Amino acid sequence: MAGYKSIWVFLEQNEGVLEEVSLEVLGKASELASKVGAEVTGILLGHNVKRLADEAIKRGAESIILADSPVLENYMTETYTEVIAGLVKERNPDAFIFGATNNGVDLAGRLAVRLGAGLIAHVVELELEEETGLLLGSVPGFGGSILAVCKCVKGRPQMVTVRPGIFRALPPDESRKGRIEEVQVRLKPEDIKTRIVEKKVGKAIDISKAEKVVIGGVGTGGDLSLIKRLAELIGGEVGVTRPLSDQGIAPRDIMVGATGVGLSSKLAIVAGVSGAAHFLSGIDKVENVIAINTDPDANIFNHADYCVVGDLFKIMPELIKRIESLKG
Amino acid sequence: MRMVVCVKVTPKAEQVRLDPTTKTLIREGVESEINPADKNALEMALNLKDKHDGEVIVLSMGPPAFEPHLKLAVAMGADDAILLSDRAFAGADTYPTSFTLAMGIKKLGNVDIIFCGEGSSDAGTNQVPPGIAEWLGIPQITFVNKVEVVDGKVRARRTIRGGYEVVEAPLPVLLSVELGCNTPRFPDFRRKRWAEREFRLKVWNKNELGVSEEQVGLKASYTTVKELKEAKMRERKGEFIRGSPEQVTEKLLEIIKQYL
Repeated sequence: MAGYKSIWVFLEQNEGVLEEVSLEVLGKASELASKVGAEVTGILLGHNVKRLADEAIKRGAESIILADSPVLENYMTETYTEVIAGLVKERNPDAFIFGATNNGVDLAGRLAVRLGAGLIAHVVELELEEETGLLLGSVPGFGGSILAVCKCVKGRPQMVTVRPGIFRALPPDESRKGRIEEVQVRLKPEDIKTRIVEKKVGKAIDISKAEKVVIGGVGTGGDLSLIKRLAELIGGEVGVTRPLSDQGIAPRDIMVGATGVGLSSKLAIVAGVSGAAHFLSGIDKVENVIAINTDPDANIFNHADYCVVGDLFKIMPELIKRIESLKG
Repeated sequence: MRMVVCVKVTPKAEQVRLDPTTKTLIREGVESEINPADKNALEMALNLKDKHDGEVIVLSMGPPAFEPHLKLAVAMGADDAILLSDRAFAGADTYPTSFTLAMGIKKLGNVDIIFCGEGSSDAGTNQVPPGIAEWLGIPQITFVNKVEVVDGKVRARRTIRGGYEVVEAPLPVLLSVELGCNTPRFPDFRRKRWAEREFRLKVWNKNELGVSEEQVGLKASYTTVKELKEAKMRERKGEFIRGSPEQVTEKLLEIIKQYL
């Protein structure tokens, strides 16, 4: 077995809030660390974010390395790579795991080359290889229908990015204690070549944890009014397939599938969706799938619990009417 | 302005299957295409060329079979296309892939902007673009859907969770372009005919690139694929609800009620 001393987790924060996927990664890292006797260390960069270090400890980190500086307030490739590469070179962690958000991927890809480390991307399964103790990450390819099981055969740390919504975060444990070590940041503003000239962030919609989701596909013709109304009535969220998101009809935050969000809901009502492989991986964890499609041979019916062959523009208004009257 | 667009040719994702016994990919009969996000990257570069003038060069690493696809890129409007091709490049993971492409860019010289698709449809790691930027020691802006060049600097809008940010960077810079952020143009008919018949693709091997066998391909990779497996899909009931519209609605209501 490879000896592990430490597993690092990148604690991504935006606007002073920890990303959910970072907590999910902490949960997974704790599980792996307990098997190999390693310590889980959270790597936290930002400005005035010390309270997030406390939060991460309650969610599974045993220690935190904190770099707190005004130049680190917003994620930037240059500054974050510089600071984190310095820490890795100094302390040599055995593994380093990131959430596969846009920023997590931007950072991990750059760091891997700077550090000469192997990187396994967007994993949906993560375990230890019995013979060697190396991390085995399963990476979905070809739209999610095939998994490639990968490992880092040389270079350290073993780097991994993890798809959001796959692993479970630990519930907060108020009694947990951990070390917080603050490190000096030597970056000077004048050394930084890039700058953020504008930033607009609304409340990020996270439909990955929603209990009910109504999803519209190409069959809606881009008209999501029925989808939205039904979602509202059943207290659920709206999702879309990739073509609708690509056409700019809906934001990527609510795009379901291999390159978007993976759902974990109890119920998904899927209307006008053909069922491409890259979409199906996004609803695989849904407990109950109802599909409505005009084409009886649509692939979505091979992956639904209840199948309705018919026109969504006829069926959904009827359904909406019935639920409205039900609710009075 | 001199721009390079890195392009990969990928099998059409929905056609690829796994052989259940050998656990290898079944490639027969599978069509390939320019990786969709790379087409968006090419369109973004061609757009900038339309506005500012300049040159767009397509760069790819892969087997000679990529040629017709690179010619298609030329037909769409690229000025030149280069294929980095050598048996030694085979089996590369993202580390040597980004290195090899970076060496191609260095050999081209004086490049202002490098465009990549955000990721590929076959493996989709999104790591090659940041890797290239690091090998070249230049800034990167990833997941970009809009770009302008102002006073010799790039301003690019990139998607972040819940919104976007506009990042400004000096040239040279690398941009990874979001899948679906624009509509790639169709090739002009006459240019297409010219590209197919007369355009000569440049092919550079490892010697022409000035790299050794140890720096590229499988030998220089940090990761290996232990095995391929079918993603197990959840078993579904697959129960068809039939009947009059009223009956169908009634049954659906019954199911949905449990969740209200």
